[in-house]
Amino acid sequence: MSQKPKQKKSVARSIIFAVGAVLALSYVMPFFLVFVNSFKPKPEILANPLAFPIVFTWDNFNQALQKMNYFQSLTNSIIITTFSVIALIIVSSMLAYYLARSNSKFTKGIFLVLVASMIVPFQALMIPFMSIFAPLVSLDNRTALIFFYIGFGVSLSTFLYHGFISNIPKELDEAASIDGATDLTIFWRIIFPMLRPVTATVAIINALWIWNDFLLPRLVLTPDTQTLPLSTYLFYGQYSAEYGQAMAGLLLAVLPIITFYLILQRQFISGISSGAVK
Amino acid sequence: MQFGKHLKKFIFFAALPLAIFAIVLVYPFIQGLILTFTNFDGFEATKFVGWDNYVKSFQDPTFWSTLQFTGAFVVVSLVAINVVAFGLALIVTSKLRSSNILRTFFFVPNLIGGVVLGVIWQFIFNSALTSLATKFGWNSMTESWLNETGSAFWALIIVTVWQSSGYMMIIYITGIISIEQDVLEAARIDGAGALRTLVSVKMPLMAQAFTISLFLTLRGGFMAYDVNVALTGGGPFRTTELISMHIFEDAFRLGNFGTGQAKAVIMFLLVAIAALVQVSVSKRMEVQR
Repeated sequence: MSQKPKQKKSVARSIIFAVGAVLALSYVMPFFLVFVNSFKPKPEILANPLAFPIVFTWDNFNQALQKMNYFQSLTNSIIITTFSVIALIIVSSMLAYYLARSNSKFTKGIFLVLVASMIVPFQALMIPFMSIFAPLVSLDNRTALIFFYIGFGVSLSTFLYHGFISNIPKELDEAASIDGATDLTIFWRIIFPMLRPVTATVAIINALWIWNDFLLPRLVLTPDTQTLPLSTYLFYGQYSAEYGQAMAGLLLAVLPIITFYLILQRQFISGISSGAVK
Repeated sequence: MQFGKHLKKFIFFAALPLAIFAIVLVYPFIQGLILTFTNFDGFEATKFVGWDNYVKSFQDPTFWSTLQFTGAFVVVSLVAINVVAFGLALIVTSKLRSSNILRTFFFVPNLIGGVVLGVIWQFIFNSALTSLATKFGWNSMTESWLNETGSAFWALIIVTVWQSSGYMMIIYITGIISIEQDVLEAARIDGAGALRTLVSVKMPLMAQAFTISLFLTLRGGFMAYDVNVALTGGGPFRTTELISMHIFEDAFRLGNFGTGQAKAVIMFLLVAIAALVQVSVSKRMEVQR
Protein backbone atom coordinates (compact mmCIF):
# COMPACT_ATOMS: atom_id res chain seq x y z
CA MET A 1 0.00 0.00 0.00
CA SER A 2 2.70 2.49 0.96
CA GLN A 3 4.83 1.36 -1.97
CA LYS A 4 2.33 2.33 -4.62
CA PRO A 5 2.25 6.12 -4.47
CA LYS A 6 6.01 6.19 -4.36
CA GLN A 7 6.25 4.01 -7.43
CA LYS A 8 3.70 6.15 -9.20
CA LYS A 9 5.70 9.20 -8.32
CA SER A 10 8.93 7.80 -9.67
CA VAL A 11 7.21 6.80 -12.90
CA ALA A 12 5.82 10.30 -13.24
CA ARG A 13 9.24 11.69 -12.56
CA SER A 14 10.89 9.57 -15.24
CA ILE A 15 8.28 10.68 -17.74
CA ILE A 16 8.93 14.31 -16.87
CA PHE A 17 12.64 13.70 -17.16
CA ALA A 18 12.25 12.06 -20.56
CA VAL A 19 10.12 14.90 -21.89
CA GLY A 20 12.55 17.43 -20.48
CA ALA A 21 15.55 15.68 -21.99
CA VAL A 22 13.96 15.47 -25.44
CA LEU A 23 13.00 19.13 -25.29
CA ALA A 24 16.45 20.15 -24.07
CA LEU A 25 18.02 18.27 -26.98
CA SER A 26 15.71 19.93 -29.45
CA TYR A 27 16.62 23.31 -27.97
CA VAL A 28 20.30 22.83 -28.64
CA MET A 29 19.90 20.86 -31.86
CA PRO A 30 20.23 23.89 -34.14
CA PHE A 31 23.53 24.80 -32.49
CA PHE A 32 24.69 21.23 -32.83
CA LEU A 33 23.89 21.37 -36.56
CA VAL A 34 25.91 24.55 -36.93
CA PHE A 35 28.79 23.08 -34.96
CA VAL A 36 28.97 19.81 -36.85
CA ASN A 37 28.63 21.33 -40.28
CA SER A 38 31.18 24.04 -39.73
CA PHE A 39 33.95 21.42 -39.97
CA LYS A 40 32.71 19.84 -43.20
CA PRO A 41 33.34 20.61 -46.83
CA LYS A 42 30.22 21.61 -48.78
CA PRO A 43 29.32 18.33 -50.53
CA GLU A 44 29.39 16.51 -47.22
CA ILE A 45 26.92 18.96 -45.70
CA LEU A 46 24.51 18.42 -48.55
CA ALA A 47 24.88 14.66 -48.37
CA ASN A 48 23.98 14.49 -44.70
CA PRO A 49 23.67 17.58 -42.53
CA LEU A 50 23.26 15.52 -39.36
CA ALA A 51 26.40 13.38 -39.58
CA PHE A 52 29.72 14.06 -37.97
CA PRO A 53 32.41 15.23 -40.40
CA ILE A 54 34.26 12.54 -42.35
CA VAL A 55 36.74 14.95 -43.86
CA PHE A 56 37.59 17.33 -41.07
CA THR A 57 38.52 20.83 -42.24
CA TRP A 58 39.51 24.11 -40.61
CA ASP A 59 39.33 25.88 -43.92
CA ASN A 60 35.77 27.13 -43.31
CA PHE A 61 36.97 28.95 -40.24
CA ASN A 62 39.92 30.56 -41.97
CA GLN A 63 37.62 31.83 -44.69
CA ALA A 64 34.91 33.02 -42.31
CA LEU A 65 37.33 34.76 -39.95
CA GLN A 66 38.67 36.74 -42.84
CA LYS A 67 35.52 37.46 -44.80
CA MET A 68 33.42 38.61 -41.89
CA ASN A 69 36.26 40.67 -40.39
CA TYR A 70 35.70 38.64 -37.30
CA PHE A 71 38.19 40.16 -34.90
CA GLN A 72 37.34 43.69 -35.90
CA SER A 73 33.60 43.09 -35.42
CA LEU A 74 34.24 41.31 -32.14
CA THR A 75 36.31 44.25 -30.90
CA ASN A 76 33.60 46.68 -31.96
CA SER A 77 30.94 44.64 -30.18
CA ILE A 78 33.03 44.47 -27.02
CA ILE A 79 33.82 48.19 -27.03
CA ILE A 80 30.27 49.31 -27.72
CA THR A 81 28.70 46.93 -25.22
CA THR A 82 31.22 47.61 -22.44
CA PHE A 83 31.09 51.39 -22.64
CA SER A 84 27.31 51.53 -22.99
CA VAL A 85 26.76 49.22 -20.05
CA ILE A 86 29.20 51.04 -17.76
CA ALA A 87 27.69 54.39 -18.69
CA LEU A 88 24.19 53.08 -18.13
CA ILE A 89 25.10 51.73 -14.70
CA ILE A 90 26.61 55.04 -13.62
CA VAL A 91 23.91 57.40 -14.88
CA SER A 92 20.87 55.30 -14.06
CA SER A 93 21.96 54.40 -10.54
CA MET A 94 22.51 58.09 -9.82
CA LEU A 95 19.25 59.13 -11.43
CA ALA A 96 17.35 56.42 -9.56
CA TYR A 97 18.92 57.53 -6.28
CA TYR A 98 17.87 61.10 -6.93
CA LEU A 99 14.33 60.10 -7.87
CA ALA A 100 13.90 57.69 -4.97
CA ARG A 101 15.20 60.13 -2.35
CA SER A 102 13.58 63.44 -3.27
CA ASN A 103 9.94 62.61 -3.23
CA SER A 104 8.37 65.63 -4.89
CA LYS A 105 5.65 65.89 -7.53
CA PHE A 106 8.33 66.80 -10.04
CA THR A 107 10.41 63.68 -9.48
CA LYS A 108 7.31 61.49 -9.41
CA GLY A 109 6.34 62.95 -12.79
CA ILE A 110 9.77 62.22 -14.23
CA PHE A 111 9.61 58.66 -12.98
CA LEU A 112 6.20 58.18 -14.59
CA VAL A 113 7.47 59.48 -17.94
CA LEU A 114 10.44 57.10 -17.75
CA VAL A 115 8.21 54.11 -17.05
CA ALA A 116 5.71 55.07 -19.75
CA SER A 117 8.50 55.45 -22.30
CA MET A 118 9.22 51.75 -22.04
CA ILE A 119 6.29 50.86 -24.27
CA VAL A 120 7.45 53.15 -27.06
CA PRO A 121 8.86 50.91 -29.77
CA PHE A 122 12.03 52.17 -31.43
CA GLN A 123 10.27 51.91 -34.78
CA ALA A 124 7.88 54.67 -33.70
CA LEU A 125 10.68 57.20 -33.74
CA MET A 126 13.20 55.58 -36.04
CA ILE A 127 12.49 57.75 -39.07
CA PRO A 128 12.83 61.21 -37.48
CA PHE A 129 15.63 59.79 -35.35
CA MET A 130 17.78 59.13 -38.38
CA SER A 131 17.29 62.57 -39.89
CA ILE A 132 17.89 64.33 -36.56
CA PHE A 133 21.05 62.47 -35.71
CA ALA A 134 22.63 62.07 -39.14
CA PRO A 135 25.25 64.79 -38.43
CA LEU A 136 26.17 63.26 -35.08
CA VAL A 137 26.40 59.80 -36.62
CA SER A 138 28.65 60.96 -39.43
CA LEU A 139 30.98 62.54 -36.87
CA ASP A 140 31.70 59.32 -34.96
CA ASN A 141 29.16 56.56 -35.31
CA ARG A 142 30.43 54.35 -32.49
CA THR A 143 30.30 57.12 -29.91
CA ALA A 144 26.91 58.17 -31.27
CA LEU A 145 25.63 54.61 -30.87
CA ILE A 146 26.81 54.46 -27.24
CA PHE A 147 25.06 57.77 -26.64
CA PHE A 148 21.84 56.35 -28.14
CA TYR A 149 22.03 53.26 -25.98
CA ILE A 150 22.23 55.44 -22.88
CA GLY A 151 19.10 57.29 -23.99
CA PHE A 152 17.14 54.13 -24.81
CA GLY A 153 18.38 52.07 -21.87
CA VAL A 154 18.15 54.60 -19.08
CA SER A 155 14.44 54.10 -18.33
CA LEU A 156 14.51 50.35 -17.63
CA SER A 157 17.81 50.56 -15.72
CA THR A 158 16.58 53.46 -13.60
CA PHE A 159 13.38 51.59 -12.93
CA LEU A 160 15.30 48.55 -11.69
CA TYR A 161 17.57 50.63 -9.47
CA HIS A 162 14.66 52.69 -8.18
CA GLY A 163 12.87 49.66 -6.79
CA PHE A 164 15.95 48.57 -4.91
CA ILE A 165 17.00 51.96 -3.57
CA SER A 166 13.50 52.62 -2.20
CA ASN A 167 14.11 49.72 0.18
CA ILE A 168 17.33 51.16 1.59
CA PRO A 169 16.51 53.15 4.74
CA LYS A 170 16.92 56.89 4.43
CA GLU A 171 18.46 57.06 7.92
CA LEU A 172 21.62 55.69 6.40
CA ASP A 173 22.08 58.78 4.23
CA GLU A 174 21.11 61.06 7.08
CA ALA A 175 23.68 59.55 9.42
CA ALA A 176 26.39 59.97 6.83
CA SER A 177 25.28 63.49 6.06
CA ILE A 178 25.52 64.44 9.74
CA ASP A 179 29.07 63.11 9.67
CA GLY A 180 29.73 65.70 6.97
CA ALA A 181 29.72 63.56 3.83
CA THR A 182 28.57 65.24 0.60
CA ASP A 183 25.76 63.82 -1.51
CA LEU A 184 28.16 62.38 -4.05
CA THR A 185 30.30 60.73 -1.37
CA ILE A 186 27.24 59.26 0.30
CA PHE A 187 26.08 57.81 -2.97
CA TRP A 188 29.36 56.36 -4.22
CA ARG A 189 30.79 55.24 -0.88
CA ILE A 190 27.69 53.98 0.89
CA ILE A 191 24.75 53.45 -1.43
CA PHE A 192 26.33 52.25 -4.66
CA PRO A 193 28.20 49.32 -3.04
CA MET A 194 24.89 48.14 -1.61
CA LEU A 195 23.36 48.02 -5.07
CA ARG A 196 25.57 45.16 -6.26
CA PRO A 197 22.73 42.68 -6.97
CA VAL A 198 20.77 45.17 -9.08
CA THR A 199 23.93 46.34 -10.77
CA ALA A 200 24.49 42.73 -11.87
CA THR A 201 20.93 42.58 -13.20
CA VAL A 202 21.24 45.90 -15.00
CA ALA A 203 24.58 44.89 -16.49
CA ILE A 204 23.35 41.53 -17.76
CA ILE A 205 20.03 42.71 -19.18
CA ASN A 206 21.63 45.65 -20.98
CA ALA A 207 24.65 43.69 -22.17
CA LEU A 208 22.44 41.02 -23.75
CA TRP A 209 20.31 43.65 -25.45
CA ILE A 210 23.19 45.75 -26.76
CA TRP A 211 25.38 42.81 -27.75
CA ASN A 212 22.59 41.33 -29.87
CA ASP A 213 20.97 44.52 -31.12
CA PHE A 214 20.61 44.69 -34.86
CA LEU A 215 18.27 47.41 -36.10
CA LEU A 216 19.95 50.42 -34.52
CA PRO A 217 23.51 49.36 -35.45
CA ARG A 218 22.26 48.61 -38.93
CA LEU A 219 21.09 52.18 -39.30
CA VAL A 220 24.06 53.79 -37.60
CA LEU A 221 27.27 51.83 -38.16
CA THR A 222 29.56 51.64 -41.18
CA PRO A 223 31.51 48.56 -42.42
CA ASP A 224 34.60 49.32 -40.35
CA THR A 225 32.66 49.82 -37.12
CA GLN A 226 30.08 47.06 -37.53
CA THR A 227 29.23 44.75 -34.67
CA LEU A 228 29.08 40.98 -34.69
CA PRO A 229 25.36 40.54 -35.48
CA LEU A 230 25.70 42.94 -38.42
CA SER A 231 28.76 41.32 -39.91
CA THR A 232 27.25 37.87 -39.40
CA TYR A 233 24.08 38.91 -41.22
CA LEU A 234 25.97 40.48 -44.11
CA PHE A 235 28.40 37.59 -44.33
CA TYR A 236 25.61 35.03 -44.38
CA GLY A 237 23.74 37.00 -47.01
CA GLN A 238 26.78 36.88 -49.24
CA TYR A 239 28.04 33.36 -48.61
CA SER A 240 24.94 31.38 -47.67
CA ALA A 241 25.60 29.12 -50.66
CA GLU A 242 28.99 28.27 -49.14
CA TYR A 243 27.37 26.23 -46.40
CA GLY A 244 30.53 25.28 -44.55
CA GLN A 245 31.82 28.83 -44.35
CA ALA A 246 28.42 30.15 -43.39
CA MET A 247 28.22 27.62 -40.56
CA ALA A 248 31.71 28.46 -39.36
CA GLY A 249 30.75 32.13 -39.37
CA LEU A 250 27.61 31.42 -37.33
CA LEU A 251 29.56 29.34 -34.85
CA LEU A 252 32.08 32.14 -34.43
CA ALA A 253 29.21 34.57 -33.94
CA VAL A 254 27.59 32.64 -31.10
CA LEU A 255 30.79 31.45 -29.43
CA PRO A 256 31.67 34.54 -27.35
CA ILE A 257 28.27 34.96 -25.71
CA ILE A 258 27.77 31.24 -25.07
CA THR A 259 31.19 30.97 -23.44
CA PHE A 260 30.43 34.00 -21.33
CA TYR A 261 27.10 32.48 -20.32
CA LEU A 262 28.54 29.13 -19.34
CA ILE A 263 31.09 30.86 -17.10
CA LEU A 264 28.63 33.26 -15.47
CA GLN A 265 25.54 31.08 -15.69
CA ARG A 266 24.28 31.58 -12.15
CA GLN A 267 24.59 35.36 -12.38
CA PHE A 268 22.75 35.36 -15.70
CA ILE A 269 19.77 33.42 -14.43
CA SER A 270 19.46 35.18 -11.09
CA GLY A 271 20.04 38.55 -12.74
CA ILE A 272 17.27 37.97 -15.21
CA SER A 273 14.82 36.52 -12.73
CA SER A 274 15.23 39.40 -10.30
CA GLY A 275 15.00 41.89 -13.14
CA ALA A 276 11.88 40.30 -14.53
CA VAL A 277 9.79 40.27 -11.38
CA LYS A 278 10.06 44.00 -10.89
CA MET B 1 18.99 77.94 0.32
CA GLN B 2 16.89 74.80 0.35
CA PHE B 3 16.06 75.23 -3.33
CA GLY B 4 19.73 75.81 -4.18
CA LYS B 5 20.64 72.54 -2.51
CA HIS B 6 17.96 70.70 -4.46
CA LEU B 7 19.10 72.25 -7.71
CA LYS B 8 22.69 71.23 -7.04
CA LYS B 9 21.61 67.67 -6.36
CA PHE B 10 19.48 67.64 -9.50
CA ILE B 11 22.40 68.83 -11.62
CA PHE B 12 24.83 66.32 -10.16
CA PHE B 13 22.55 63.30 -10.21
CA ALA B 14 19.78 63.68 -12.73
CA ALA B 15 20.49 66.37 -15.32
CA LEU B 16 22.77 64.37 -17.61
CA PRO B 17 20.70 61.16 -17.96
CA LEU B 18 17.46 63.11 -18.28
CA ALA B 19 18.97 65.33 -20.96
CA ILE B 20 20.18 62.31 -22.94
CA PHE B 21 16.80 60.62 -22.49
CA ALA B 22 15.01 63.71 -23.74
CA ILE B 23 17.31 64.16 -26.72
CA VAL B 24 17.42 60.53 -27.82
CA LEU B 25 13.87 59.42 -27.09
CA VAL B 26 11.40 62.17 -26.24
CA TYR B 27 12.38 64.69 -28.89
CA PRO B 28 12.38 62.29 -31.87
CA PHE B 29 9.13 60.77 -30.62
CA ILE B 30 7.33 64.13 -30.56
CA GLN B 31 8.99 65.13 -33.80
CA GLY B 32 7.70 61.86 -35.28
CA LEU B 33 4.14 62.64 -34.26
CA ILE B 34 4.34 66.05 -35.90
CA LEU B 35 5.97 64.73 -39.07
CA THR B 36 3.02 62.46 -39.83
CA PHE B 37 1.00 65.59 -40.60
CA THR B 38 3.57 67.01 -43.02
CA ASN B 39 5.02 66.13 -46.41
CA PHE B 40 8.28 64.94 -44.83
CA ASP B 41 10.63 63.39 -47.41
CA GLY B 42 13.42 62.16 -45.18
CA PHE B 43 15.23 65.49 -45.08
CA GLU B 44 12.72 68.26 -44.66
CA ALA B 45 9.04 68.97 -44.25
CA THR B 46 7.76 72.02 -46.12
CA LYS B 47 4.04 72.03 -45.45
CA PHE B 48 1.27 70.51 -43.37
CA VAL B 49 -0.91 67.98 -45.16
CA GLY B 50 -3.42 67.09 -42.43
CA TRP B 51 -4.39 63.42 -42.19
CA ASP B 52 -3.09 62.58 -45.69
CA ASN B 53 -0.37 60.20 -44.52
CA TYR B 54 -2.80 58.23 -42.38
CA VAL B 55 -5.35 58.06 -45.16
CA LYS B 56 -2.70 56.85 -47.59
CA SER B 57 -1.45 54.29 -45.08
CA PHE B 58 -4.89 52.76 -44.74
CA GLN B 59 -5.37 52.78 -48.50
CA ASP B 60 -2.22 50.69 -48.92
CA PRO B 61 -3.33 47.06 -49.33
CA THR B 62 0.09 45.70 -48.32
CA PHE B 63 -0.29 47.54 -45.01
CA TRP B 64 -3.58 45.81 -44.36
CA SER B 65 -2.12 42.42 -45.07
CA THR B 66 0.84 43.28 -42.85
CA LEU B 67 -1.52 44.24 -40.04
CA GLN B 68 -3.36 40.96 -40.43
CA PHE B 69 -0.16 38.97 -40.54
CA THR B 70 1.18 40.82 -37.49
CA GLY B 71 -2.07 40.31 -35.58
CA ALA B 72 -1.99 36.58 -36.23
CA PHE B 73 1.68 36.46 -35.30
CA VAL B 74 1.17 38.35 -32.03
CA VAL B 75 -1.72 36.14 -30.91
CA VAL B 76 -0.21 32.80 -31.91
CA SER B 77 3.28 33.57 -30.63
CA LEU B 78 1.89 34.95 -27.35
CA VAL B 79 -0.09 31.79 -26.67
CA ALA B 80 2.61 29.40 -27.87
CA ILE B 81 5.50 31.06 -26.02
CA ASN B 82 3.62 31.19 -22.74
CA VAL B 83 2.30 27.64 -22.93
CA VAL B 84 5.75 26.30 -23.76
CA ALA B 85 7.53 28.51 -21.23
CA PHE B 86 5.14 27.54 -18.45
CA GLY B 87 5.58 23.88 -19.35
CA LEU B 88 9.36 24.23 -19.28
CA ALA B 89 9.15 25.97 -15.91
CA LEU B 90 7.06 23.09 -14.53
CA ILE B 91 9.59 20.56 -15.80
CA VAL B 92 12.54 22.46 -14.37
CA THR B 93 10.89 22.96 -10.96
CA SER B 94 9.72 19.36 -10.61
CA LYS B 95 12.74 18.51 -8.44
CA LEU B 96 14.64 16.51 -11.02
CA ARG B 97 18.32 16.07 -10.35
CA SER B 98 19.05 17.34 -13.84
CA SER B 99 16.91 20.47 -13.62
CA ASN B 100 19.89 22.84 -13.61
CA ILE B 101 21.24 21.39 -16.84
CA LEU B 102 17.80 21.46 -18.43
CA ARG B 103 17.36 25.10 -17.45
CA THR B 104 20.74 25.95 -18.94
CA PHE B 105 19.79 24.30 -22.22
CA PHE B 106 16.38 25.94 -22.46
CA PHE B 107 17.85 29.35 -21.90
CA VAL B 108 20.62 29.20 -24.51
CA PRO B 109 18.65 30.44 -27.56
CA ASN B 110 17.82 33.55 -25.61
CA LEU B 111 21.43 34.63 -25.42
CA ILE B 112 21.70 34.97 -29.12
CA GLY B 113 20.23 37.75 -31.15
CA GLY B 114 17.32 37.21 -33.50
CA VAL B 115 19.42 37.82 -36.58
CA VAL B 116 21.88 35.04 -35.91
CA LEU B 117 19.06 32.72 -34.84
CA GLY B 118 17.07 33.59 -37.93
CA VAL B 119 20.00 32.85 -40.16
CA ILE B 120 20.66 29.51 -38.43
CA TRP B 121 17.06 28.48 -38.97
CA GLN B 122 17.11 29.68 -42.54
CA PHE B 123 19.86 27.14 -43.10
CA ILE B 124 17.77 24.50 -41.33
CA PHE B 125 14.60 25.16 -43.32
CA ASN B 126 16.24 25.83 -46.66
CA SER B 127 19.06 23.31 -46.66
CA ALA B 128 19.19 20.86 -43.79
CA LEU B 129 15.53 19.84 -43.76
CA THR B 130 15.16 19.78 -47.52
CA SER B 131 18.26 17.66 -48.02
CA LEU B 132 17.15 15.25 -45.29
CA ALA B 133 13.67 15.09 -46.82
CA THR B 134 15.08 14.33 -50.25
CA LYS B 135 17.36 11.69 -48.81
CA PHE B 136 14.70 9.90 -46.82
CA GLY B 137 11.89 10.54 -49.27
CA TRP B 138 9.61 12.66 -47.04
CA ASN B 139 7.84 14.14 -50.03
CA SER B 140 5.92 16.76 -48.09
CA MET B 141 9.12 18.32 -46.79
CA THR B 142 11.31 18.56 -49.88
CA GLU B 143 10.12 22.09 -50.54
CA SER B 144 11.46 24.68 -48.06
CA TRP B 145 8.93 25.99 -45.56
CA LEU B 146 10.08 29.50 -46.30
CA ASN B 147 8.89 29.39 -49.91
CA GLU B 148 5.23 29.59 -49.04
CA THR B 149 3.46 32.18 -46.88
CA GLY B 150 1.48 29.78 -44.73
CA SER B 151 4.35 27.54 -43.75
CA ALA B 152 6.72 30.51 -43.44
CA PHE B 153 4.35 31.88 -40.79
CA TRP B 154 4.78 28.70 -38.77
CA ALA B 155 8.51 28.82 -39.32
CA LEU B 156 8.52 32.31 -37.79
CA ILE B 157 6.44 31.05 -34.87
CA ILE B 158 8.74 28.06 -34.24
CA VAL B 159 11.86 30.21 -34.19
CA THR B 160 10.24 32.86 -31.99
CA VAL B 161 8.97 30.31 -29.49
CA TRP B 162 12.34 28.62 -29.43
CA GLN B 163 14.04 31.97 -28.85
CA SER B 164 11.80 33.51 -26.21
CA SER B 165 10.44 30.61 -24.20
CA GLY B 166 13.64 30.29 -22.15
CA TYR B 167 13.38 33.85 -20.92
CA MET B 168 9.72 33.56 -20.01
CA MET B 169 10.52 30.21 -18.36
CA ILE B 170 12.81 32.08 -15.94
CA ILE B 171 9.95 34.41 -15.06
CA TYR B 172 7.61 31.47 -14.43
CA ILE B 173 10.25 29.63 -12.40
CA THR B 174 10.62 32.70 -10.19
CA GLY B 175 6.84 32.75 -9.78
CA ILE B 176 6.61 29.04 -8.90
CA ILE B 177 9.49 29.21 -6.42
CA SER B 178 7.94 32.19 -4.64
CA ILE B 179 4.88 30.14 -3.65
CA GLU B 180 5.10 29.24 0.01
CA GLN B 181 5.47 25.57 0.80
CA ASP B 182 2.80 25.69 3.56
CA VAL B 183 0.14 26.54 1.03
CA LEU B 184 1.08 23.59 -1.15
CA GLU B 185 1.23 21.40 1.93
CA ALA B 186 -2.26 22.54 2.91
CA ALA B 187 -3.57 21.79 -0.56
CA ARG B 188 -2.07 18.32 -0.39
CA ILE B 189 -3.60 17.61 3.00
CA ASP B 190 -6.96 18.75 1.67
CA GLY B 191 -6.55 16.03 -0.93
CA ALA B 192 -5.87 18.12 -4.02
CA GLY B 193 -4.20 16.23 -6.84
CA ALA B 194 -1.26 17.56 -8.83
CA LEU B 195 -3.39 19.07 -11.58
CA ARG B 196 -5.88 20.59 -9.15
CA THR B 197 -3.04 22.12 -7.12
CA LEU B 198 -1.55 23.55 -10.27
CA VAL B 199 -4.72 25.16 -11.57
CA SER B 200 -6.38 26.24 -8.34
CA VAL B 201 -3.41 27.01 -6.10
CA LYS B 202 -0.18 27.55 -7.97
CA MET B 203 -1.43 29.48 -10.98
CA PRO B 204 -3.49 32.06 -9.05
CA LEU B 205 -0.64 32.56 -6.59
CA MET B 206 1.81 33.33 -9.36
CA ALA B 207 -0.52 35.57 -11.35
CA GLN B 208 2.09 38.31 -11.36
CA ALA B 209 4.44 36.13 -13.39
CA PHE B 210 1.71 35.74 -16.01
CA THR B 211 1.14 39.49 -16.12
CA ILE B 212 4.81 40.15 -16.77
CA SER B 213 5.35 37.36 -19.23
CA LEU B 214 2.21 38.16 -21.22
CA PHE B 215 3.20 41.82 -21.34
CA LEU B 216 6.70 41.03 -22.57
CA THR B 217 5.53 38.56 -25.22
CA LEU B 218 2.83 40.92 -26.40
CA ARG B 219 5.29 43.76 -26.80
CA GLY B 220 7.88 41.42 -28.32
CA GLY B 221 5.35 40.17 -30.85
CA PHE B 222 4.52 43.65 -32.09
CA MET B 223 8.15 44.71 -32.20
CA ALA B 224 9.59 41.53 -33.76
CA TYR B 225 12.02 42.49 -36.46
CA ASP B 226 15.32 40.62 -36.34
CA VAL B 227 14.01 37.10 -36.81
CA ASN B 228 11.67 38.34 -39.52
CA VAL B 229 14.47 39.95 -41.52
CA ALA B 230 16.91 37.11 -41.12
CA LEU B 231 14.53 34.18 -41.53
CA THR B 232 12.03 35.10 -44.24
CA GLY B 233 13.25 38.56 -45.26
CA GLY B 234 9.56 39.31 -45.75
CA GLY B 235 9.35 36.89 -48.64
CA PRO B 236 7.79 35.38 -50.64
CA PHE B 237 6.68 38.66 -52.23
CA ARG B 238 6.43 40.74 -49.04
CA THR B 239 3.73 38.42 -47.67
CA THR B 240 5.52 37.62 -44.41
CA GLU B 241 6.43 41.15 -43.39
CA LEU B 242 5.60 41.98 -39.80
CA ILE B 243 4.74 45.60 -39.06
CA SER B 244 8.26 46.56 -37.97
CA MET B 245 9.79 45.35 -41.15
CA HIS B 246 7.00 46.85 -43.21
CA ILE B 247 7.73 50.29 -41.75
CA PHE B 248 11.46 49.90 -42.34
CA GLU B 249 10.92 48.88 -45.96
CA ASP B 250 8.32 51.56 -46.61
CA ALA B 251 10.55 54.35 -45.33
CA PHE B 252 14.10 53.35 -46.06
CA ARG B 253 13.70 51.15 -49.11
CA LEU B 254 10.78 52.77 -50.91
CA GLY B 255 11.36 56.30 -49.62
CA ASN B 256 7.81 56.78 -48.30
CA PHE B 257 8.83 58.62 -45.16
CA GLY B 258 5.44 60.22 -44.58
CA THR B 259 3.38 57.04 -44.66
CA GLY B 260 6.22 55.09 -43.03
CA GLN B 261 6.09 57.39 -40.03
CA ALA B 262 2.28 57.37 -39.96
CA LYS B 263 2.39 53.58 -39.87
CA ALA B 264 4.97 53.77 -37.09
CA VAL B 265 2.61 55.93 -35.03
CA ILE B 266 -0.21 53.46 -35.72
CA MET B 267 2.09 50.70 -34.51
CA PHE B 268 2.85 52.64 -31.33
CA LEU B 269 -0.87 53.11 -30.67
CA LEU B 270 -1.54 49.40 -31.23
CA VAL B 271 1.24 48.41 -28.82
CA ALA B 272 0.15 50.94 -26.22
CA ILE B 273 -3.54 50.00 -26.34
CA ALA B 274 -2.87 46.26 -26.36
CA ALA B 275 -0.40 46.56 -23.48
CA LEU B 276 -2.74 48.73 -21.40
CA VAL B 277 -5.67 46.38 -21.91
CA GLN B 278 -3.58 43.32 -21.14
CA VAL B 279 -1.97 44.76 -18.02
CA SER B 280 -5.23 46.06 -16.59
CA VAL B 281 -7.00 42.74 -17.23
CA SER B 282 -4.12 40.76 -15.75
CA LYS B 283 -3.87 43.06 -12.75
CA ARG B 284 -7.52 42.56 -12.03
CA MET B 285 -7.00 38.81 -12.05
CA GLU B 286 -4.06 39.22 -9.67
CA VAL B 287 -6.24 41.06 -7.18
CA GLN B 288 -9.11 38.61 -7.43
CA ARG B 289 -7.20 35.61 -6.19
